[in-house]
Amino acid sequence: MARFVVRRLLLLVPILLGLSILLFVWVRALPGSTAQALLGERATPEAIDRFNRQYGLDRPITTQYWAYLKTTVRGDLGTSVASRRPVTTEIRERFPATVELAFAAMIFALVIGLPLGFFAAKRYGEFFDHSSLFLSLIGVSIPVFFLAIILKYVFSVRLGWLPSIGRQDVLIDAQHPTGFYVLDGIITGNWNAAWDASRHLLLPAIALGSIPLAIIARVTRASTLDVQNEDYVRTAKAKGLAPSAIDRRHVLRNALLPVTTIIGLQVGILLGGAVLTETVFAIPGMGSWLKEAIFNQDYPALQGGILFLAFVFVLVNLLVDISYGLINPQIRVS
Amino acid sequence: MSRALRFTLALSAVALFATAAAFAATSRTHASDTFVFGTEGDPVLVDGALVSDGPSLRAVNQMFEGLVGLKAGTTKVVPSLATSWTTSKNGLAWTFKLRQGVKFHDGTKMDAKSVCFNFSRNYKLPGYLQGESTNYYWVTVFGGYAKPATGNPGPDKSLYRGCKVVNASTARIILTRPSSSFLAALALPSFAIASPAALVKYKADAGSVGSDGSFRPTGTFGTSNPVGTGPFKFESWRIGDKLVMVRNDSYWGTKAKLKKLIFRPITDSTARLQALQSGELDGANLLAPQDVPSVSNSSSLKVLSRPAFNIGYVGMNQKQGPLSNIKVRQAVAYGLDKKAVVGAFYGGRGQVANQFMPPLVEGYAKKGVPDYSYNPAKAKALLQEAGLTLPVTLEFWYPTDRPRGYMPDPPRNFQAFAASLEKSGFKIVPKPGPWRGGYLSGVQSGKAALYLLGWTGDFGDPANFLNVHFGAAGDLFGFNNPALFKALQVADAEPNLDKRTKLYQAASIQVMKFLPMVPYANASPALGFKKNVKGYVPSPVEVELFTPVSIG
Repeated sequence: MARFVVRRLLLLVPILLGLSILLFVWVRALPGSTAQALLGERATPEAIDRFNRQYGLDRPITTQYWAYLKTTVRGDLGTSVASRRPVTTEIRERFPATVELAFAAMIFALVIGLPLGFFAAKRYGEFFDHSSLFLSLIGVSIPVFFLAIILKYVFSVRLGWLPSIGRQDVLIDAQHPTGFYVLDGIITGNWNAAWDASRHLLLPAIALGSIPLAIIARVTRASTLDVQNEDYVRTAKAKGLAPSAIDRRHVLRNALLPVTTIIGLQVGILLGGAVLTETVFAIPGMGSWLKEAIFNQDYPALQGGILFLAFVFVLVNLLVDISYGLINPQIRVS
Repeated sequence: MSRALRFTLALSAVALFATAAAFAATSRTHASDTFVFGTEGDPVLVDGALVSDGPSLRAVNQMFEGLVGLKAGTTKVVPSLATSWTTSKNGLAWTFKLRQGVKFHDGTKMDAKSVCFNFSRNYKLPGYLQGESTNYYWVTVFGGYAKPATGNPGPDKSLYRGCKVVNASTARIILTRPSSSFLAALALPSFAIASPAALVKYKADAGSVGSDGSFRPTGTFGTSNPVGTGPFKFESWRIGDKLVMVRNDSYWGTKAKLKKLIFRPITDSTARLQALQSGELDGANLLAPQDVPSVSNSSSLKVLSRPAFNIGYVGMNQKQGPLSNIKVRQAVAYGLDKKAVVGAFYGGRGQVANQFMPPLVEGYAKKGVPDYSYNPAKAKALLQEAGLTLPVTLEFWYPTDRPRGYMPDPPRNFQAFAASLEKSGFKIVPKPGPWRGGYLSGVQSGKAALYLLGWTGDFGDPANFLNVHFGAAGDLFGFNNPALFKALQVADAEPNLDKRTKLYQAASIQVMKFLPMVPYANASPALGFKKNVKGYVPSPVEVELFTPVSIG
C-alpha cells in the first residue's frame, strides 16, 4: 500500500511538469495579449511595448518558461497582473470558498441522490423510477448558471428567503481563521455568522450539486439493480431475512461501492461547475477568480490557478483510489 | 419497502419546509444609514496614483480629494482642496491657494508640502510602477518621469517640471509648456492628495521585481491603509467580498449623510440585478441595457442615467484605398444611416452624435458643425465627383465580440451600416474579427480601411477627446494634417477657459470638416437603485460621490 502511494505521488511530478508546459503555451496562445485586455482602446503599440517590458513578456518564451519554472518550484506562483497580488495569496484566500461550496454541493448531491437512486431501483419500472430518471436527466442537462438564475429568482427575488450573492451578509463582521465561513463561525462560537454563511451556501450548493446529484442517482440505481439480482441477495431472501435487513446489510452496502469512485470523479465536475456558480452567486472563490483571469488574460493567475487545481484533482483521485482499496478488500492493490 | 419510501419522502418534505420556514424568518433589510452599492468589480488598489479602472477610482473618490473637483453631474471644474488658482502670463506656472485647516484621516495637516509630495511622488515613481498599466493618468496627462525605466518617457517629454511650496497654504505647479487640459485632469481621483506620512509609513511605492519579470507591490497603503482627506474613511477591505468605509466625522465640508458605505464587487450583471431586486443592494452600477426595463417597471426600484461621456465612431484610415480623398470620406459620412443604428441597437440609451465629443464637454460645438445626415444620393454624387466608378469597394472591419458602452452590439451596427453604405454607391467587404484576436491590433496598426471603434472620456476636457486622437500623426487614422495639429495645440495651451472653449469649438468643427472618422453615437450607462434612495447624482465620468446620498 505504501509503495502504491509513493509511486502515485512520484507520478505527480511528470504530470505537473507536462501540465505546466501545456498551460504556459496555452495561455500565450489565447488571442490578443494581456496588455490589450487591460488597456482596451488605450492599448497603443507603445503602451503594449512598455507593458510587455514591465512584465517581462518581451523575452523569449523559453527564457520566460525557465524563470517561471524556477520560481514555481520554490512555491512562488508569480504575481497576478490584474490584482497585483501574489498568486499564492489569491489561492489561499479563495480556495476555501470553493472547497466549502463543493463540499456543500456534494452533501446535497449525496443526501438526495443516494435515496433517489436506491428507491428508483427498488421500484424498478414504476412511476417513481421513471420520474426520478427524468429528474436526473434534467439535472445533467440543465446548465448550472441557468438553474442558478432560476433558483435566485424564486428564492431571493420573489420569496426573499435566501440571499442571492456572496458568502456572508455584509453587515456581519466575523473572524475568519480558516476561510471556511461555516466552520469559522462554529470555531469562533459566532453562531449567527455560521448560520448566515450556511444560508448563503444553500442555493449555490443546490445549483452546483445538481449535476453530481443526477449522476449519483443514476449510478446508485444501476448498481442497486445489479446487486439485487446477486446470488447472496437471493440466499438472504431464501433464509427469510426481513426485506429491510437485506437492503441494509446486503444490497445497500455493496451497491455503494461504485458510488465512491464516482464521488472522486465528481471533484473535477464540481471544480469546473464552480466557475459558473461562483460567478453567478458572486462568491470570491477559485472559479470566479479564474474566469476573471481568462477575461484579463492574466497569465500568472491562469498558470498558477489551474496548476494548483490540477494538483488538487490528482490528489483527490489518489485518495479515492486508496479509500476504494480500503472499503473493498477484493480490489486491494498488491 | 413502500413504507420506508413513504417515510423518507415525508421526512424530506418536513425537513424542507422546516428549513424554508427558518430561513424565511430572517429579515433582509439593514439600517438606513448604511448603503450597500454593487460595483462591477473589486478595486485594484485604493491608491489613486496607481490605478485607472472604474472600481478603484470610485473607491478612491470617496476617501481622497484633489486640488480641484467636479460639480456634481457635470465635468465643470470646481474648487476642492484648492480654493482658487491663478496662471502666470506665459501659462507655465499654476499657483493654487489651499483650503486652510484641512486634516488627513490620520490627523496630519494637509498643506502645500503634502501637495508637492504627491506630485513629486508620481514624477519620481520607481521604474516598476511606471507606464500605462500602473500609472496610466500620469503618463497620459504629464507624460514623463524623472528617472524613466527603459522605454518610458523621460523629463524631456514631461509636461510636469516641478512643484514649489510658496508657503504653507500655497503650492505652485510648474509646467514645461503651456497646457490647460491638465486642470480638468486634476479632478481625477488619480491626482488626489494622499497623506505623505501614510504614504511613507505604509510604503505605498515599495515592491520587488521577481525573476519571472513581474513586479510585486509589497506596501500596504493601497490595500489596508489608504489615508486621504475625503468625506469617508477606510474601515476594511476583504477582496472579492466587500470594501467598507465609514463617515469622516471631522470632514472639513458638508459631512456625509450615511454612516457606513459598503461596495460589493459583483462582476456578473445579472447577479447584480438580482441582488438589487432581492434587496441585498441599495444601488447597482452599470445595468445591462436589456435589464433596464425590468428595473424601471419595478414598483420598488428606479433607474438613473449617467450623462453620455463616450463616442462611437466609424473610423476611416486615409492610407487605405481612396479614403485619402475628402470627397470619398464625405460620401461615407452621408452613406451611414446613423439615426437608424442608434434607434435600433442602443435600447433607447443612445443619442446620435455629430462630432467627436459628447455634448457635456466644454468645447462641444453647438452650431456650425457640418451635417452629414443619411443621404445615399448625395453620397453617390460625391463618389462620381471624385472620378470613381461605382460601386467603390471598401473593407469594413468590425469586432465580433466585446460589446462596449458606446457600441452594445458591434455585429449589428456593422450590418446596418454596411447595408446603408451599399445603397450609397459602395461595395462593402466585411472583415469580422475577435476584439482581442487581431481586431483591435489590426485597427490600431492602420490595416483597416473602415472600422468600428469608440472612446470613453478619461476626464472632462476636450483635449482628452480631440488631442488624444487628432493631435499628432498616427496609424489609427493614417493622416498628416499640420494645420489641425497646430490648432489643437494652440487650443490646449490657452489658459483662459472661455477662449479655450471657443478654440475647441472651432477645432471640433475643423475635425468634422476634415472627417478622419464619422461619429455616430453617445450612449448613457444606467444605474439601478431602490426607490427610496435620495441624493445620488450620476456623473458623466462615472465616479459619483456618496456624500449627499441617503436612504428613506
